[in-house]
Amino acid sequence: MQRSLNIDPGKCTGCRQCEMACSYENEGVFNPSKSRIKVFTFDAEARFVPYTCTQCAEAWCMQACPVDAIKVNLATGAKEVHADLCVGCKVCTIACPFGTINYNASSGKVMKCDLCEGDPACAKACPTQAITFVDSNWTGLDKMRAWAAKTDTGARAN
Amino acid sequence: MHYVVLGAGPSGVVAAETLRKADPTGTITLVSGENEPPYSRMAIPYVLTGKIGEAGTHLRKGEDHYAARGIDVRVNARATALMPDHKRIDFADGSHMKYDRLLVATGARPVRPPIPGLNLKGVHHCWTLEDTRNIIALAEPGTHVVLMGAGFIGCIVLEALAARGVQLTVVEMGDRMVPRMMNPIAGTMIRRWCEAKGIRVLTNTKIKALQNVAAEKSRGIFGFLKRREPTEARDTLDVELDSGEMLSAHLVVVSAGVAPNVDFLANSGVKVDRGIMVDRYMRTSVNDVFAAGDVAQGYDFSTKAHDVHAIQPTASEHGRIAAMNMAGHNIQYNGSLQMNVLDTVGLISSSFGLWAGVDGGDSVEIVDDANYKYLNLQFADDVLVGGTAIGVTQHVGVMRGLIQTGTKLGPWKERLKADPHRLMEAYIARTHLT
Ligand SMILES: Cc1cc2nc3c(=O)[nH]c(=O)nc-3n(C[C@H](O)[C@H](O)[C@H](O)COP(=O)(O)OP(=O)(O)OC[C@H]3O[C@@H](n4cnc5c(N)ncnc54)[C@H](O)[C@@H]3O)c2cc1C
Ligand code: SF4
Ligand code: SF4
Repeated sequence: MQRSLNIDPGKCTGCRQCEMACSYENEGVFNPSKSRIKVFTFDAEARFVPYTCTQCAEAWCMQACPVDAIKVNLATGAKEVHADLCVGCKVCTIACPFGTINYNASSGKVMKCDLCEGDPACAKACPTQAITFVDSNWTGLDKMRAWAAKTDTGARAN
Repeated sequence: MHYVVLGAGPSGVVAAETLRKADPTGTITLVSGENEPPYSRMAIPYVLTGKIGEAGTHLRKGEDHYAARGIDVRVNARATALMPDHKRIDFADGSHMKYDRLLVATGARPVRPPIPGLNLKGVHHCWTLEDTRNIIALAEPGTHVVLMGAGFIGCIVLEALAARGVQLTVVEMGDRMVPRMMNPIAGTMIRRWCEAKGIRVLTNTKIKALQNVAAEKSRGIFGFLKRREPTEARDTLDVELDSGEMLSAHLVVVSAGVAPNVDFLANSGVKVDRGIMVDRYMRTSVNDVFAAGDVAQGYDFSTKAHDVHAIQPTASEHGRIAAMNMAGHNIQYNGSLQMNVLDTVGLISSSFGLWAGVDGGDSVEIVDDANYKYLNLQFADDVLVGGTAIGVTQHVGVMRGLIQTGTKLGPWKERLKADPHRLMEAYIARTHLT
């Protein structure tokens, strides 16, 4: 069974524990600007939305990479950047329609969520269960899938 | 069923792999006109900077990647003729190959403008691995290098040459850098940045002629008066500009546009305009012949017209859609989005879709010259149709998403006009909070 990050913005209090945990897990520092998950704030509505790569089926980032530096981890289903192969061309950063793979000038490479090899630090750190790691077939992920399908460059077989 | 994929760039490779997934039993032959394993041109700049070796440019890394998928790779086989009546391709070495369905993914090649002296030693394109080896041999630190053309590819090459520590002069006949990717304000900002990094940028300037240094020296003192920098021992070329100035160079790199590789299609009946004309199923005017990538004039999402995009993401999308249709599916292409991302000696810029705007549209622009930051969004009604960013690297892809999904921004249009940096929030609000 593959699992996905499920985000329930209604439960998010904007504490940014997920950003801290992500940057520490992946970059070894407590620095939200190095986090692969970001919490967006909507002041007017007093709401917070944590957001990161959905490991979408279309995987535009992977399709666009010219040097095969993004591969699927067959165990977790995550699309992972292989830093040893990435040349830092940034084509993936314009190809992902969710804006969730980003250039890191200090490494000269890109970074994105890789589901922490199947044990995501953000979900563990979230005190309110706004981020949970659930069975991929769970229906709550439909909104993201719907948007991905709308961006699809080839309409489905008719 | 024998599928032949002519051309082993990203478009051809994605097509061959997609064909295998869609048709587990068909025979698939992937043909390259060069004597190299399938590789990616756009990785070449990183070979020039030393970030990767040649193997790093290979489109797929595993030794047996193609064999394991039952894809037969044939290299160094340049097609010279297509005979659709016999479903046959002829090659330069006299051999030929039959096909049931053919994909033409032969890409483009750089053009050499009709300027005297461009055939001299020390003049190269930057297009193939072969060119890369030639440039590496000449672009030593400190040498004078002249780059002809500051288009998108020219600017990528500029970045790589600068990283090699050469003394670089860029000569562009247009009025700004990257004219087909950036508007005048953005193009000018990139130019100022490059100049601050020690690169000499000449716009509105043409190269008139090239000659060997020795020949010109014999003209005596007048030849030297027109120079800003003295000739160096390693310089072998004199580059004459229409301004009257003379530049000395050890290497001249020509990046002055490309033309589609369609010579072998003469008399085949395959219709060619600026590229091979294809419909929204990537079919050409000839039965069982499809086209994809830089060679194809495909459907454009924004303009609803057909155009040659000549970018990597379009090449791989074309390859996927063409292959699905070759294998008998019926998939209509929604069209590719013109989009580019560029790094000019550390300044990162990107543009998407109709970045120059549309008639009757609306826009917002933020110019921060002092910090080299720029953001410009273009709307039609309350839908984003284009965008340009300089100095912004986080979440830029969301511009593609907002454009290609045609997401109605509602109240967020005014919020974006007040602060265009809130793109990601606009997307999340319009898709997740409604
Ligand atoms: C230096 C450089 C930097 C670039 N940087 C970027 C970038 O940053 N972003 C971006 O989006 N794009 C970039 N590009 C453009 C990108 O590389 C192309 O859009 C892409 O390679 C197109 O893929 P393709 O498969 O259509 O064609 P190509 O990659 O050109 O492949 C064509 C294939 O066809 C073969 N072929 C040609 N003629 C024949 C023939 N007669 N018979 C048999 N085979 C033949 C060739 O040998 C080759 O295998 C760059 C290009 C260059 C040169
Ligand atoms: S980074 Fe973007 S394109 Fe890549 S898998 Fe994640 S959501 Fe999909
Ligand atoms: S930046 Fe790295 S991972 Fe992204 S497309 Fe380029 S090489 Fe691939």
